[in-house]
Amino acid sequence: MNPFSSGTRLRDMIRAIRACKTAAEERAVVRKECAAIRAAINENDQDYRHRNLAKLMFIHMLGYPTHFGQMECLKLIASPGFPEKRIGYLGLMLLLDERQEVLMLVTNSVKQDLNHTNQYIVGLALCALGNICSAEMARDLAPEVERLLQFRDPNIRKKAALCSIRIIKKVPDLAENFINPVAALLKEKHHGVLITGVQLCTDLCKVSPEALEYFRKKCTDGLVRTLRDLVNSPYAPEYDIAGITDPFLHIRLLKLLRVLGRGDADASDSMNDILAQVATKTESNKNAGNAILYECVETIMSIEDNGGLRVLAINILGRFLSNRDNNIRYVALNMLMRAITVDAQAVQRHRATILECVKDSDASIRKRALELVYLLVNESNVKPLTKELVDYLEVSDQDFKGDLTAKVCSIIEKFSPEKSWYIDQMLKVLTEAGNFVKDEVWHALVVVISNASDLHGYTVRALFRALQTTAEQESLVRVAVWCIGEYGDLLVSNAGMLNVEDPITVTESDAVDIVESAIKRHASDLTTKSMALIALLKLSSRFPSCSGRIKDIVVQHKGSLVLELQQRSLEFNSIIEKHQNIRSALVERMPVLDEATFGGRRASSLPNTVSTSSGTAVKLPNGVAKPSAAPLVDLLDLSDDVPAPSSSGGDFLQDLLGVNLPPATQSEGTNQTPKAGTDVLLDLLSIGSTPAQDNNLSTPDILSSGQDNKPIIASLDLLAAPSNMMDLLDGLGPAPPKPAENGPAYPSIVAFESSSLRLTFNFSKQPGNPQTTMISGSFTNLSSNLFTDFVFQAAVPKFLQLHLDPASGNSLPASGNGTITQSLKVTNSQHGKKPLVMRLRIAYKVDGKDVLEEGQINNFPRDL
Amino acid sequence: MHYTVCKELNSVILSVSSQINFVCLISRQGKVRLTKWYSTYSQKERSKAIRELSGVILSRGPKLCNFVDWKGHKVVYKRYASLYFCICIDEEDNELEALEVIHHFVEILDRYFGSVCELDLIFNFHKAYYILDELLIAGELQESSKRTIAKLISAQDNLVEVAKEEASSLSNIIAQATK
Repeated sequence: MNPFSSGTRLRDMIRAIRACKTAAEERAVVRKECAAIRAAINENDQDYRHRNLAKLMFIHMLGYPTHFGQMECLKLIASPGFPEKRIGYLGLMLLLDERQEVLMLVTNSVKQDLNHTNQYIVGLALCALGNICSAEMARDLAPEVERLLQFRDPNIRKKAALCSIRIIKKVPDLAENFINPVAALLKEKHHGVLITGVQLCTDLCKVSPEALEYFRKKCTDGLVRTLRDLVNSPYAPEYDIAGITDPFLHIRLLKLLRVLGRGDADASDSMNDILAQVATKTESNKNAGNAILYECVETIMSIEDNGGLRVLAINILGRFLSNRDNNIRYVALNMLMRAITVDAQAVQRHRATILECVKDSDASIRKRALELVYLLVNESNVKPLTKELVDYLEVSDQDFKGDLTAKVCSIIEKFSPEKSWYIDQMLKVLTEAGNFVKDEVWHALVVVISNASDLHGYTVRALFRALQTTAEQESLVRVAVWCIGEYGDLLVSNAGMLNVEDPITVTESDAVDIVESAIKRHASDLTTKSMALIALLKLSSRFPSCSGRIKDIVVQHKGSLVLELQQRSLEFNSIIEKHQNIRSALVERMPVLDEATFGGRRASSLPNTVSTSSGTAVKLPNGVAKPSAAPLVDLLDLSDDVPAPSSSGGDFLQDLLGVNLPPATQSEGTNQTPKAGTDVLLDLLSIGSTPAQDNNLSTPDILSSGQDNKPIIASLDLLAAPSNMMDLLDGLGPAPPKPAENGPAYPSIVAFESSSLRLTFNFSKQPGNPQTTMISGSFTNLSSNLFTDFVFQAAVPKFLQLHLDPASGNSLPASGNGTITQSLKVTNSQHGKKPLVMRLRIAYKVDGKDVLEEGQINNFPRDL
Repeated sequence: MHYTVCKELNSVILSVSSQINFVCLISRQGKVRLTKWYSTYSQKERSKAIRELSGVILSRGPKLCNFVDWKGHKVVYKRYASLYFCICIDEEDNELEALEVIHHFVEILDRYFGSVCELDLIFNFHKAYYILDELLIAGELQESSKRTIAKLISAQDNLVEVAKEEASSLSNIIAQATK
């Protein structure tokens, strides 16, 4: 006999591992054990096979590789005894998952066990099948499982029911086979069977419209009766939790009623009474009762409208919200978010309490509350809500500030009633949390400031004051420096004083001081420093008396290790020193930035354009945008992780500002043509240096040496005519999208576009059925690699129904040499009230590697 | 929100509906005591999930709510002595019910082991899995009666005992015969 084969007992091995003081020791013990187990496997040792597998499971749990033991599971399952099979199935579920091919080998054994005379062995097989079966196994074994739904022992019936759930999830077209057996399960008395039967029924309704129709007609009344009996049942010790008989069954029944009642007035009507009873009679002092109430509220909100019930439900949520238990408040916030689509007014009533939750000490609650507040904001309450949130920014946790800042900025941009309010609020945010403000947000602010000519003086003074109190917030520094550079004269002259302002005395040298401190500040990054240099150049012309001092500051950077700063320092120095005559023309105030252009460029990466912008209907070149105002709660969670197309708007502004960052930090422009356009502009303004693109221009390097003055003057003539510049800028906006053809009633859209893939949708409607839209999607591969295993998935919110037809294929040739087409049918139950929205997920393989792309389509034609 | 899938040429509509995605038990030291995966996760995703979750959950204070958002799912956890019981559910699932499921599981373990402690679950980890398999299948609750589960487990334990006795008496007979 092999000396290793007997080995240590399981208990001893666990002890040995627990006794290890270091990770290295543990690894050594595990290595030794694994070696012994491998040896035993090679010897085909039978006596200790189950013990070895148990050891392997423990080792697996510690995170070590155990694939060599997979075949042992199969051998144990194939052996005749119950103990071997029990451990074998456990190992199968732990060590394998549905993707391993080994799993296919077990199909036969499982089939035999499903037909075994020992019901416990049948139970083991059902359990394993329910937990890890693949689509292939599901197809092979579905008839067995279906038969077991009628097995004499209820414990097998309930296992078979749950196993069926897995099967229909893997292979939905098997669903219809299960409809009849399930209808029988719903009449059972045994709670286990009833719970699992109800669950299976719910899942059937989700995958099969026929099943939904069938159960709605045949079973709604019976289920209502079952729930009534349960609610009114006397004390039953076996199922009692906190004075309630079987809350689990309560919850599952409520869930199924929700599925049956949604979108069907008759079914909804028949369950109104029992829902009212559950909502009023359930004890709410224990978690179990609250769980039922929570489920009941959700059902009331989802089924067809009954005013009285909804009031009841909203009241329950109000009670939840003021509960002292954090769990209850959390679920209340969650539920209110869903309720907002149903009854926004009722949710608004709880605004004050919700706002308090934003300030809670619990991060989970804060996050939920913030999302909810975001949905609650409208034109009428934006001012007080924003004030509360901005005030809270000051004291909030560091790790919450990012989320909070993003939401506050988004609210301010979306709802700002006037420019001065917008600028005020943004300045507050920049002062409190400037480091968390995203680039595109402060870029937008600069655009707005540039357009608000009557507020230039006010803004620059306010920024000056803010910068004096705090210089820690990077984006505040940037905006302030930019404004001081542009409007420094207004700062000193106090021009355009508003009534609300306190007078302020700033000397020219004060203004230079503050810009100097920004450039010298250690924490300032390249962007800030570059902006400060430009501001200084501009100030040198606005304040001739400070020119000498500014020159000294600029010169300090001529030895900078950062090429950008060094070059600029040399250029600017030469302007100040040698080209006094043209300097003032050179550094004139920047032409007003075109909001529409900026907004349009920006729209692809941000949910909302600045509300003060002229509001040109900007069609997104790419339908993938962050969710807009639509109060679709489910969609919102996307907003954090959408891989937003890089902010081309940012690029644009950066170019205008002349901040030419090294390639690493420069965001990748999606619009190539406009970019080239701005480059021309930027070179004309002489504040950037993009050597690669300089050849666009007939007068290269106008500033570098200045040995020849003629071309400079020539190009400066251009500068003197800002209207020309504006024309240049105007040309940059994305051309208004023209419908591809006028034939169909709805223009086709580019629903999704990434660097490698494009999806276009064509729409059509059948006459007489306005709710249903037929969509034909066509995928084009933009990359140079073949895509295989191409799968398209789509998801829609609850008010939509989606049906996908099979795709025309699953491989997509490279470089647009072919397309996959797939038809979708979307039924909009809120036709005319809500537009279509869709999330999509596209999976495929490139060279055997999985690629997943996700996005959201918000640019559906409005009236679909 | 349900994803509708259409795979290849078979007209397949797959709706990922609410269910438990996984269950795990983590000790206060961050050691894994039990994991059960009902949705498909690769080995890498599994260890990453556990690592991330233990980081988040173990650092949460005692008075906070029992839910954390995690990658579009919610993880409901509850601490019993030195062990954190965690259940990952879908966005639209009932968090409060998940707490009841955890408590249900703990009560059954308690009844089986007789005031269960972490050591019981370490040395008899397979027993804990057997009990869980009587409680959940395919990420769905299977039985709401603690008594039924206890009965089923002890019946199966008995089957193992009987088989063991038979095996040992058999080897005794063989030993006697070959003496």
